Amino acid sequence: MTRLSGWGRTPVAECRVRKARSEADVARAVAEGPMIARGNGRSYGDPAMSPGLTLDMRGMDRFLAFDAETGILVTEAGALLSDVIETFLPRGWFPFVTPGTKFVTIGGAIAADVHGKNHHGDGSFRACVEWVDVMEADGSVTRVTQDDDTGRFGTICGAMGLSGVILRAAIRLRPVESAWIVQETIPVQTVEAAVDAFEARLDVPYSVAWIDCSSGPPTLGRSLVMLGRHARADELPTSKRKAPFKVARPRKLAVPVDFPSFALNRLSVRAFNALYYRMGARNAGETLVDWDRYFYPLDAISGWNRIYGRRGFYQFQCALPLPTAREGLERLLTDISATGLASFLSVLKRFGPDDSPLSFPCEGYTLALDFPAGARSLALLERLDRITLEHGGRFYLAKDARMTGETARAADPRLAAFRDLRQARGWAGHFVSHQSERLGL
Amino acid sequence: MSRSVLILGAASGMARAIARSFAAEGHAIRLAARDPERLKDDRDDLVTRYGVEVTLHPFDALDLASHAGFVAGLPDLPEVVVCAVGTMGTQEENAADPEAGAMVMRANFEGPASILGHLANAMEARGSGTIVGISSVAGERGRASNYVYGSAKAGFTAFLSGLRNRLAKKGVHVVTVLPGFVNTAMTEGLDLPARLTAEPEEVGAAVLKAVTSRRNVVYVRPIWRIVMAVIRAIPEPVFKKTSL
Ligand SMILES: Cc1cc2nc3c(=O)[nH]c(=O)nc-3n(C[C@H](O)[C@H](O)[C@H](O)COP(=O)(O)OP(=O)(O)OC[C@H]3O[C@@H](n4cnc5c(N)ncnc54)[C@H](O)[C@@H]3O)c2cc1C
Ligand SMILES: NC(=O)c1ccc[n+]([C@@H]2O[C@H](COP(=O)([O-])OP(=O)(O)OC[C@H]3O[C@@H](n4cnc5c(N)ncnc54)[C@H](OP(=O)(O)O)[C@@H]3O)[C@@H](O)[C@H]2O)c1
Repeated sequence: MTRLSGWGRTPVAECRVRKARSEADVARAVAEGPMIARGNGRSYGDPAMSPGLTLDMRGMDRFLAFDAETGILVTEAGALLSDVIETFLPRGWFPFVTPGTKFVTIGGAIAADVHGKNHHGDGSFRACVEWVDVMEADGSVTRVTQDDDTGRFGTICGAMGLSGVILRAAIRLRPVESAWIVQETIPVQTVEAAVDAFEARLDVPYSVAWIDCSSGPPTLGRSLVMLGRHARADELPTSKRKAPFKVARPRKLAVPVDFPSFALNRLSVRAFNALYYRMGARNAGETLVDWDRYFYPLDAISGWNRIYGRRGFYQFQCALPLPTAREGLERLLTDISATGLASFLSVLKRFGPDDSPLSFPCEGYTLALDFPAGARSLALLERLDRITLEHGGRFYLAKDARMTGETARAADPRLAAFRDLRQARGWAGHFVSHQSERLGL
Repeated sequence: MSRSVLILGAASGMARAIARSFAAEGHAIRLAARDPERLKDDRDDLVTRYGVEVTLHPFDALDLASHAGFVAGLPDLPEVVVCAVGTMGTQEENAADPEAGAMVMRANFEGPASILGHLANAMEARGSGTIVGISSVAGERGRASNYVYGSAKAGFTAFLSGLRNRLAKKGVHVVTVLPGFVNTAMTEGLDLPARLTAEPEEVGAAVLKAVTSRRNVVYVRPIWRIVMAVIRAIPEPVFKKTSL
């Protein structure tokens, strides 16, 4: 037995874990009964932990083919996105969609159908998935293409491993001319202004806002809106133009021990947020930043999740539909700033239209933030759940560690249909996670 | 001079990581295992990642008569050979059934020593090359919990040490790798202490470094050097009563 948790380090459970190194290993695990696939454990709660067997997919990490004409990579599901970048960025290719950490597996990215800063223009991860090989409950393997007319593709992307094990996938990469991003920072004083900034700049490929959640009215939701696009080779200063894909490797910082929980109090968070805002505002306007700093600022600090101490932390992420987004965001931020509970990293993004059967995004805004585990946070999270429901929003399963099944189903009627489908197809008996049990999926 | 790297027992978790380390340096890779069909995905991975030439070769360590022909049939005499062949079985089985125990000894000692003997002679004649044997700390002192496997590795370690001595002035270098615990199929399901357990990638990096800097004996995690020094130093009257 192994003690497992997600990235938020709560909840923790003793799990029976095995590593898959081949398709045969996966077949054996599926045949044995209730199991769930685990990628790199970067989801926050309990979706990659099973009361049955937890199958670690990291042993299946081989790249099987790459077509330099189309940019299509065939890879096993346990390969990391960081590996994809390391191998293909020097050849002029970057992931088409990437979450805020590069340490996710391809299987995990598909299972959660992750989104990046370009969702408003490019959609979620499944947009770049040409096909997946999935192991079904009976051990057979099906190749499911994006345009498959049985609807199977839509029951894999965003299904959190609950409809089969992804063995391999073909993903399309994006051609880029450099490893650099032209970033534009716009400081704004309120969340209202942040939304205005997003709406005015929907043509920019990447956008995200960092929100200072400790700031109350009149600067409720004061933010740095950060826009970005891949730099063309001819935009680079001559010093970089000779090797457009080369960036200096940053020195890796690490959080060596669990922080004692008192380290992260209201004051330190307030100070951090204020400082972050001031530094960002000073860099307002256009700058050139490398891909790693732009897409993955948190990855530079390995083990940053330990900053919340041994008890761990909760992440809250909801999506609010466009018509109710402004009001909903204001309500959420008012409550959060009034409680003064710590959230270092609060992120706001614009989602574009999305009509996938299971995935999290819907056209509107998504807010993500974290809170140290504890009773006060849990009470706040309940209130945030309620505000989200009142505004017709829904929740991201990849971040969830504590929701009730009732809340989940109220927010997302698609889940009840998915539960029925799981029964009908025999998935319910084979693919089981702590999250699926908690939410009654 | 040839720049290829031959990996024996290439389907093993450790071997996969070692192959990647050398392919990343641009070496052509020869993968050898009993069933080369199983190596196709590994070949595709190395080609896709590193753009190097990769060939597959059937190889059975226990089939001693085939070894000379195996070496002759390679596209070239490799610059580096890494032998990751081995089996552990279980101590209970190895103790209860001497025949099973003998198989473990053959797969960890006799077979590897035979094939490396052939390659050593060819490298000696050429006057260059590096031989890497994956042995084990289990061979440093026989313990009740694992002495059949341990004794085979002890034999293999002694063989590598002697080979290194013999070839030291002949331009051929021999590296003995004592990996400690490694998270591979061999140790699946065992309850291993995290601090003492390396990932296969660490072994890959350590082997590459050992070859380029011509190290003699490497422990992958330095802590093992201390652990084994302590275990070796325990006087036998005390040691025989321990359960390690
Ligand atoms: C710092 C940080 C930033 C993040 N930013 C974003 C972001 O911007 N956008 C976003 O969308 N997400 C984001 N995430 C969440 C993360 O991208 C997802 O949780 C992702 O699924 C994690 O991938 P993983 O390989 O670690 O999977 P795990 O966490 O191990 O598993 C996640 C789910 O995928 C399933 N799964 C994994 N592999 C397979 C497989 N082979 N077959 C079937 N099912 C499988 C598991 O069963 C589980 O349900 C962030 C996470 C962190 C830690
Ligand atoms: N894992 C550890 O903790 C650990 C610690 C110290 C040393 N080691 C040693 O490290 C080496 C690699 O082991 P591993 O941990 O990676 O485990 P592994 O995956 O079980 O690898 C052992 C390999 O040896 C091959 N093999 C066995 N008998 C063979 C034969 N007769 N002919 C050809 N190949 C044969 C196997 O090939 P098939 O795939 O064809 O069966 C397999 O690929 C072994 O020598 C092992 O003893 C391991």
